[in-house]
Amino acid sequence: MTLLTVEALTMRFGGLVAVDALSFALGAGEVLGLIGPNGAGKTTVFNCLCGFLRPAEGEVLFDGRPVDRLEPYRICQLGMVRTFQIVKPFQAISVLDNVMVGALSREKSTTRAQERSLEIIDFVGLSEWTYALAQGLPLPLRKRLELARALATRPRVLLLDEVMAGLNPTEVDELIALLKQVHRRGTAILLIEHVMRGVMALSERVIVLNHGVKIAEGLPRDVVRNREVIEAYLGKEFLRAQG
Amino acid sequence: MSRKALLLAALFAVLMLLPLVLGNYVLGIFVMIYFWAYVGQSWNVLTGYTGHISLGHALYLGIGAYATTYLAQHFGLTPWIGMFVGGALAAVIGLFVGFLGFRFGMRGVYFVILTIAFAEITRLVVSHIEALGSFTGIFLDFKPSLRNFQFRGNVPYYYISFGFMLASLAAVRLIERSRLGRFMVAIREDEEAAQALGVNTFRYNMLAIAISAFMTALAGAFYANYIFYLHPNTMFGMATSIDLILRPIVGGLGTLFGPILGSFILTPLSEISRAYFAKGGLEGLHLILYGILAILVVLFMPRGIIVYVNRGLDRLLHTRGADRPGAGGGERK
Repeated sequence: MTLLTVEALTMRFGGLVAVDALSFALGAGEVLGLIGPNGAGKTTVFNCLCGFLRPAEGEVLFDGRPVDRLEPYRICQLGMVRTFQIVKPFQAISVLDNVMVGALSREKSTTRAQERSLEIIDFVGLSEWTYALAQGLPLPLRKRLELARALATRPRVLLLDEVMAGLNPTEVDELIALLKQVHRRGTAILLIEHVMRGVMALSERVIVLNHGVKIAEGLPRDVVRNREVIEAYLGKEFLRAQG
Repeated sequence: MSRKALLLAALFAVLMLLPLVLGNYVLGIFVMIYFWAYVGQSWNVLTGYTGHISLGHALYLGIGAYATTYLAQHFGLTPWIGMFVGGALAAVIGLFVGFLGFRFGMRGVYFVILTIAFAEITRLVVSHIEALGSFTGIFLDFKPSLRNFQFRGNVPYYYISFGFMLASLAAVRLIERSRLGRFMVAIREDEEAAQALGVNTFRYNMLAIAISAFMTALAGAFYANYIFYLHPNTMFGMATSIDLILRPIVGGLGTLFGPILGSFILTPLSEISRAYFAKGGLEGLHLILYGILAILVVLFMPRGIIVYVNRGLDRLLHTRGADRPGAGGGERK
């Protein structure tokens, strides 16, 4: 079953076409990688999907209903939530209070929201820091906090914007294991990621963007051998040198 | 009950008994301490917790004072009811200011200007309305009775203002713990992130400004029937707007006890230095003193004095064990 459908999505900033007639679909419980060089328009796609930007053209359907005119909070309430590439923790409050904000958007009772938040904090491995202020956390833990808050909203689709950037290989592997569990619990994931180890380990399918245009789509192992993709990342000279 | 709560209860019990031993003049200072603590707490809801800086909160104080007085003078309505009418009116005006600010993205410095503009416009309009005393202001007749919210001596005012302060403390404590309060703080910390997590930020911003305006207006009713004179320049003026935000800033923004602590520090300083300097022909010098203190606090204790008081109390009472590392910020517990 298709949960998220993007139809000919186009976003312009002045004369710049950041996303150009992009179409793709995400099935329920699927993990789809969205990769591409810097400035390819990946984060702009997220902003359009989550209501932070109004797409110039095209349509976004979530669970069969158009969401491209809805406010971000509505989209989250419907079950599609994003994380931010530059993490945005609520600095002056504790990890628990951070996660509770997400939980409370689903749950009226603070007691139950707290129970649920503690479970999620445990799940992402932040138990030790439950009462620590977010502002004191090192980056790897902030990334987990970002994930925990998003999970607390009970998403059906999770949009992850470079959650692995800045992590060391061990931390990346831990996060991969964690996301595999999230996936196994039935949450679909759309993954923007530069850490290829993460993309390859998690994605069932991959879409490659370059200058806002989809240049490849397919299985991860096929996509990374695609000449156009290699050219986008490494340039024509690289291909020529390779023969 | 935690040791801190016990200490607080003891402190409040002592305050309850003060009228037995203190003279009228000193009680008057306490009335102003409680009054400004209450007003500061009301402002704290919008600015301290939700993060939108209002520099025009005198507007709501003035609306409360003028509405209550007008209803009492022309319709004989008791201030006990009139103040809620004033509160409702202030909430509606607050919602209008909020609608402009939050719907049309006037944030940060633009929101500040918006709040100042509304207070100033109201000040000018009221200055030209005959029925509201225009620029000479309104004198209230002194007809002491419970119904008229007017009393001989400071003892009744002492308990009423004390009650106001306690009620605001309880209300904000309730808000702080609720879904509403948690969403307000999330908005303050990062509005975009709050949106992304499903918080209808417009709605909670509007709620915050309505509650804050309503609470502030109730204090206006008290002010009118304590001072007996309303002038547009003081009731809607910039100086009042600044005066009412200094205490929560000095005490600790976005904290439950910050406005109270700030008022206990600044109000006596203001009252005593005002009386002292006025005797020497140096009216207004107390404002300079005040300004200096505010600057020092902002420079050296940007999170307010409450942080240090809390830390000192924790050390003294050996509360909050090492099981909660890093949770030293607010005084939640």
